Amino acid sequence: MKFTFEWLKQHLDTDAPVEQITEKLTAIGLEIESFEDRSAALADIRVAYIEEAGQHPDADRLKLCKVNTGEKMIQVVCGAPNARTGIKVALAQPGAIIPIDGSKLKAGKIRGVESQGMMCSTRELCLGEDHDGIIELPADAEIGAPVAGVLGADDPIIEINLTPNRPDCTSVRGIARDLAAAGMGTLRDDPYQQPVAGSFDSPVSVTIADDVLADGAAPAFYGRYIRGVKNGESPDWLKARLEAIGLRPISILVDITNLATFDLGRPLHVFDADKLKGNLDVRYARDGETLQALNEKEYSLTSDMVVIADQAAAQSIGGIMGGELTGCENDTVNVFVECALFDPIVTAKTGRKLQINSDARYRFERGVDPQSVIWGIEVATRLITELCGGEASHVVRAGEVPAPKNSFDLRIDRIAELGGVAVEQNRAAEILTALGFEVTAKEGVLGTIAPTWRPDIVGEADLVEEVLRIVGYDQIPTVPVERETSLPVPAISPMQKRVGLARRVLASRGMYETITWSFADSRLAKEFADLKPGLFVANPISSDLDVMRPNALMNLVSAAGRNQKRGFPDLALFELGPEFFGDQPGDQRLVAAGLRAGATTNRSWTGSRRDIDVFDVKADAEALIEALGVPAGNIQVNAEGAPSWYHPGRSAALQLGPKNVLGYFGELHPRILKALDVKGRVVAFELFVENLPMPKKKGTNRPPLNASAFQSVERDFAFLLDDTVSAEQVVKAARSADKGLITDVTIFDLYAGKGIEEGKKSLAFSITLQPTKQTLTDEEIDAVCKKVIAAVEKATGGALRG
Amino acid sequence: MSGAASFGRPRFFVPSFFILFTPAKASEVMENIEALREEVLAEVEKAGDLAALEDIRISALGKKGRITGLMKNLGKMDPDQRREFGQALNAVKDQVASAIDMRKSDLENAALEARLSGERIDVTLPSRPSETEGRIHPISQTIDEIISIFGEMGFALAEGPDIEDDFHNFTALNIPPEHPAREMQDTFYLPEAEDGSRLVLRTHTSPVQIRTMQSQTPPIRIVAPGRTYRSDSDMTHTPMFHQLEGLVIDEKTHMGHLKGCLLEFVKTYFELDDVPVRYRPSFFPFTEPSAEMDIGCSRKGGELKIGAGDDWLEILGCGMVHPRVLAACGLDPEKYQGFAFGMGIERIAMLKYGIPDLRTFFDTDLRWLKHYGFVPLDVPNMVRG
Repeated sequence: MKFTFEWLKQHLDTDAPVEQITEKLTAIGLEIESFEDRSAALADIRVAYIEEAGQHPDADRLKLCKVNTGEKMIQVVCGAPNARTGIKVALAQPGAIIPIDGSKLKAGKIRGVESQGMMCSTRELCLGEDHDGIIELPADAEIGAPVAGVLGADDPIIEINLTPNRPDCTSVRGIARDLAAAGMGTLRDDPYQQPVAGSFDSPVSVTIADDVLADGAAPAFYGRYIRGVKNGESPDWLKARLEAIGLRPISILVDITNLATFDLGRPLHVFDADKLKGNLDVRYARDGETLQALNEKEYSLTSDMVVIADQAAAQSIGGIMGGELTGCENDTVNVFVECALFDPIVTAKTGRKLQINSDARYRFERGVDPQSVIWGIEVATRLITELCGGEASHVVRAGEVPAPKNSFDLRIDRIAELGGVAVEQNRAAEILTALGFEVTAKEGVLGTIAPTWRPDIVGEADLVEEVLRIVGYDQIPTVPVERETSLPVPAISPMQKRVGLARRVLASRGMYETITWSFADSRLAKEFADLKPGLFVANPISSDLDVMRPNALMNLVSAAGRNQKRGFPDLALFELGPEFFGDQPGDQRLVAAGLRAGATTNRSWTGSRRDIDVFDVKADAEALIEALGVPAGNIQVNAEGAPSWYHPGRSAALQLGPKNVLGYFGELHPRILKALDVKGRVVAFELFVENLPMPKKKGTNRPPLNASAFQSVERDFAFLLDDTVSAEQVVKAARSADKGLITDVTIFDLYAGKGIEEGKKSLAFSITLQPTKQTLTDEEIDAVCKKVIAAVEKATGGALRG
Repeated sequence: MSGAASFGRPRFFVPSFFILFTPAKASEVMENIEALREEVLAEVEKAGDLAALEDIRISALGKKGRITGLMKNLGKMDPDQRREFGQALNAVKDQVASAIDMRKSDLENAALEARLSGERIDVTLPSRPSETEGRIHPISQTIDEIISIFGEMGFALAEGPDIEDDFHNFTALNIPPEHPAREMQDTFYLPEAEDGSRLVLRTHTSPVQIRTMQSQTPPIRIVAPGRTYRSDSDMTHTPMFHQLEGLVIDEKTHMGHLKGCLLEFVKTYFELDDVPVRYRPSFFPFTEPSAEMDIGCSRKGGELKIGAGDDWLEILGCGMVHPRVLAACGLDPEKYQGFAFGMGIERIAMLKYGIPDLRTFFDTDLRWLKHYGFVPLDVPNMVRG
């Protein structure tokens, strides 16, 4: 909402400087969006007088002017066709800043003749578009004075950022009322709202269709015929106001409707009565009915939209925009003024559907003061007859103007209870009265009736806010938050703690945390799940983000592809985020997903770089499981358990028992990588953080440490095994040989190839024997070793290598 | 030990051995002992390496050494002579032994120095690349920071689902059915169900307020961070972003407490001893009175500096929980009251860490993650200071 300071003062009688006004506006909730003081930009431009305009000696189109600056006579070369002897002009002298481009004017020679200044056009001063000639100032302008004052451009333009709850402040008058309540002056009377007597009956009558009335879509419609008007260009004051807020003056009749809209928050429409066919009816549009609107676009209407129609067709979209065919033009003689009320919701829906953002819609969808139907028609009549002449009919009316009386009690103590600052009852009453409330004081309570222009007041809390915002939020003393206990209770639950830990464990393993969209591309997502129709976004932002992701890994894989394209193939990325398995609230699970691609490190002279493989992510997953409190030894690696997006022979599910799948790891399937546009080998893991059981035991105790006093012994073995024998089988078998003594089995070599027959492999491992009672003798060690060999041979059918 | 190839080693003169066999005068004997001492010490001094030194030691102090030989002869002497020459010989023996030790240690040091100087490497070569240099995303870090601040004030972390129903996302928050926020152009919807209802992707974290008030009895103090969604994508909007909601409900918390709580937050979060703060009346459907909080800043020279200056920067929205919201959650607005606030995580992360572009948060550019990410051990807590 834009207005100028002088315009504000038409409604607000105040001595306050503009700085104080703008500060107060923000303080009472009408936040300053922008403040533009054009006079500062025009400071260097002064009134001057062309004493003599002669011909440039060397250029036909240029004039050589003797210009009186008030201090001296200077010579100015000027190309404007209207530069002539005896006019007053807007002069910039060397050193002046020219508003249009911020440049500093220099004296110079034009076609060999010295020019000591520049006479400016409207456009050069940023006051309009006109660049056909220089500005001609009024003859009575004082030579040497700043042009800003002469041009009416010394009036600062204020724009406020209006919250949607304040329809009353879509008008300069409403803003003035708020400021007056805040002690910034007094609200002036508006004489234009007084009734104007009509002298004849309107030849056009108005009706509202029954269904429209019943729905409350348009509760009231007042109209008035004014005959014998003379349209034309608006007076300067009116043009200046509209131009200051960025509106283009069109003609008096149109400009008056814009003025009423911004000045009083009262949108109006003026029909050229001679173009109307018969009487006007407010009705719902017919499906497919079209209307050529004032913005010169044609709209196709639907039956939920309210229109004002004559006997032939819809001529105006209710509350939004008038029609082109019945609009006023310069030769309009008889007009019909429409002043109606339209429902905010119907107006908003229509506006959105038709995608029309008009000043009328802006106001009606927020809620125009219903009582303005009554005084709005009078304001319009006065302005039209004053500026265009003519004779007004009696007012014709349809429907009934609502007179809401929203009454609420304000218990004076509630201000302090909610607001934290006590306000005396008299002061509160004074504030509310100034804002237009009817106030009745009782013991400790103010009875109030909200003004009709404040539909946002719906309860006591609103009254508290009204009083507080005028008193000022800065008056509320800052009180430290009281601590419930001397030490705060833990802010996070064990599960939340686990999530935070998971994040930092993965990062400390060299992985980079990412955050990717919760959305996914359904064409890719279908590789990861049967997509439930309920998880498609009805209105996706783009076609590649059209479904809630059924898998937390997939966007990470795409991210790997993007990084490859940027030239970064060595990647370790993870994300802790949701994946969606159902379309109801809560049908989501938290997944720690990670991937690695390329090599472990940058190329290095140390030779430490190597390609990543499945066992890197297996380590990541296991480390994470361990860190979250589940011993990795309890986890089963189910080589058949990984889903289809993994390499079938290089992946596994990690399980606790047959049913509880904690997650997966493996190499990603080449089909998936191709679909997601990723090159090379990518290994990944997914871990369902919430599936990991919480440690049952509460408390911080650790199990006792059993550090044996006796030296442990290691023995190495190498077996020739069938290729199909798994490492897990070997380890389990070796361990089972003596569960008490064997504390560790470590595989340290795996070989297949030359020297080993086809289909076989050599696997070497060491066992650690840890005695607890006494040092082992050679015989005891040999005995265990024999048991290990026997157990492994039995379990695997392999043979110890000689 | 005295290898045949020993080159340049001192020669040992036999004649001195026979000195004592001649019944010479005592003074002559003493002179000869002195001469032997000087001879051996000189040899020690000249020994060029450990092997030569060992040869000298053997030739002087070994079983058949020159000094050892003389010692053996002592037994044949009369007691007076034995004592006299014995003392002198022992003194020489000690002196020679300690000279050899000293020389030995010098030679060893020299040999070590010589070896080390041959082991020189180019220490300007780059370090061994580390595999452990991951980073925490700025969003996670910022959330952890905020939680640590509010956690200290007694707030607990609350969570809620990303897919929400109309009641929790809108209706209970006093957002009427016709409110523009519900339009398809602002809110992401899932397909319409058979009964005509539509689930939404939560447009804010405020539904967690509702779920918390429905399931807990006051006093309530929570913060709820999380993913939020709005149908918007341009320079300053992403269709997914993060918010953090705060809620305090009890029987006496008022706007003064709201100011105190948020002042403490911005001071701690932005690591400022003091910061000018301004509360502007504003409008949110779910709070009344409502306010927006600005903090002081300076934008001189196009550079944003938080904390002081003549300008203001909007930080968050807040207000007293609307009585209708309390009632929708089954709380009596006559008994319970409190405040709520909400802020954009990306925005305050950008402000604190000088991250210029919102869209880069979700771009997963490795360079960005390295540059703006946090080392995993940088865990925010209130002791950190």
